[in-house]
Amino acid sequence: MNTLTSIGRIDPENAMSMLYEMTRIRRFEEKSAELYGLGKIRGFLHLYIGEEAVAVGALQCLTPDDAIVATYREHGHALVRGIPAGAIMAEMYGKANGCSRGRGGSMHLFDAGRRFYGGNAIVGGGLPLAVGLALADKMQNRKRVTVCLFGDGAVAEGAFHESLNMAALWKLPVLFLCENNRYAMGTAIERHQSCPDIHRKADAYGIPAEVVDGMDVLAVAQATSLAVDTVRSGAGPHLLEARTYRFRAHSMYDAELYRNKDEVEQWKKRDPINLYVARLREAAVLTDGDLSAVEAKIAAEIDEAVAFAESGEWEPLQDLTKDVYTPQGVGCERGAL
Amino acid sequence: MSKITYREAVRAGLRDALQSDPRVFLMGEDVGRYGGSYACSKGFLDEFGPERIRDTPLSEGTFVGAGIGAALGGMRPIVEIMTVNFSLLALDQIVNNAATLRHMTGGQVSVPLVVRMATGGGRQLAAQHSHSLEVWYAHIPGIKVVAPATVTDARYMLQLALREPDPVFIFEHAMLYPMEGELEENRSAITLDRAVVRRPGRDVTLVTYGGSLGKCLNAAETLAGNGIDCEVIDLRSLRPLDMETVLQSVAKTHRAVIVDEGWRTCSLAAEISAQIMERGFYDLDAPVARVCSAEVPMPYAKHLEDAALPQPERIITTVQELLARHD
Repeated sequence: MNTLTSIGRIDPENAMSMLYEMTRIRRFEEKSAELYGLGKIRGFLHLYIGEEAVAVGALQCLTPDDAIVATYREHGHALVRGIPAGAIMAEMYGKANGCSRGRGGSMHLFDAGRRFYGGNAIVGGGLPLAVGLALADKMQNRKRVTVCLFGDGAVAEGAFHESLNMAALWKLPVLFLCENNRYAMGTAIERHQSCPDIHRKADAYGIPAEVVDGMDVLAVAQATSLAVDTVRSGAGPHLLEARTYRFRAHSMYDAELYRNKDEVEQWKKRDPINLYVARLREAAVLTDGDLSAVEAKIAAEIDEAVAFAESGEWEPLQDLTKDVYTPQGVGCERGAL
Repeated sequence: MSKITYREAVRAGLRDALQSDPRVFLMGEDVGRYGGSYACSKGFLDEFGPERIRDTPLSEGTFVGAGIGAALGGMRPIVEIMTVNFSLLALDQIVNNAATLRHMTGGQVSVPLVVRMATGGGRQLAAQHSHSLEVWYAHIPGIKVVAPATVTDARYMLQLALREPDPVFIFEHAMLYPMEGELEENRSAITLDRAVVRRPGRDVTLVTYGGSLGKCLNAAETLAGNGIDCEVIDLRSLRPLDMETVLQSVAKTHRAVIVDEGWRTCSLAAEISAQIMERGFYDLDAPVARVCSAEVPMPYAKHLEDAALPQPERIITTVQELLARHD
């Protein structure tokens, strides 16, 4: 498991863009943790650090028309999808220039225009939404794919089983992408799953499934690309289980009593960014100069994002109840008979 | 005017909706081959096909969630839940997604979802099929809740619900399906958010909705024979509550009895009573009274179920006691 999938036919430009995106997520989240410490970001903040290869490898396989339903550990997915870093940072500040006007925070990043449907903080709650989005596409004969992300914890929810069953029954274009980081918050997978091989559960619903090394961005990209193609062809849903690991605490305050440091250190040896950098060097695609250029560009983007958040306005108090309901005349035909 | 049953009215409304908008589809348990557990969609599978009349697995949380997703994706789903007690399996999707998404995303999306379900007791179906939990839904900001009590409302409120950009929950009292009524020609009075005076009167206001409307009208007839003139208000909409209509009536009659099949504690009747106290206190000649269900899980045996539910006799006694206080 210490070598990466061959770079194969991925061109050097794309190879570099995956490195760029993974590093961008990492640095963005390191900055977020720092800002949390300063009290700029409040609420829950769930870092994705360690799992970047999954979002980057998988989501680059989508077209802008495809939909994404993510979890509450979704900064990385939002960044890869193209939600500006400033709008994400401002959202975490709670500012009105945030991507959800400061009403959602870190757990509820949302961008309907980019078909990014959350930011869902009820474990398993996003799966039925993905089924419905895919149903709408199928009923309107659109060749779109909905990618539904969820963690290993969600597999214990009824919604997981119901959603797989319904998507398979109705042959819906959903890619179920499990980010198995081995812990449902603090409960290890062996302690919450009678059968910890998550991909095998798909078999019970007649859904084709594979397991993929979630620390290997190329393996994720390859598996997702194939899966998205079959889903788009109308073959019905597909499931991928990406085995990955979260390097940081579940949220910001977590004594990590449920796992030992050795385990974390072992996984850190397979840091998806380091593994990929080594692979790129080996293939002579990457030089030291490239690396520093990547870091410099990201640092500038993050500075800008923080400045955008700092300069944002608070939503005025008189807007507190705005958009509980859709205002008159907005996208509806409401009226008398 | 023509006679029609409530069931036929619901069915005609559904049929209209399916015929007039290709985005509309019906989804739920046994809505297709079985024809709907209350036969409201009998024959629809043949008429509209399996794409638009979707039998679902017994997965309330997921098919309601799928309705929300389909609404986000540009469809106009009508989701049928067999009975209100089963809807509890879908409360996560309703509270955490349907009601929340618009506000939580800063107004980026609307969820034009319609959910219909049967509610209420009276058929000896015991404690897992008979409750009136509408108030649980009326508690939630972000959704609208209606309860058609007449065949005309049952026939046309769905059409208005489908024009709403936000989730609308329609509660159909199960005892009403076989009820016959006149389909009114004048539809201008049908709205989704206004109460209506079903019987004008001057001595006391009876505020009610859904399955209790008929009981109130019966009680009012009997009381009229004793010289007590009741005004009967059908709320129709449980969220938002049309308190203007209620308060106007109370300003005239100075007395109010609220008849609500939910349990008394934290009921709709409690909310209405509180609002009358807040906004119409000086119009009152007597404390507001409530007729609600007994605070027990609904029993099976007929005599016990009858005793647990609001009945015309109890409404009559309550009104008489209320008037006696100041006579």
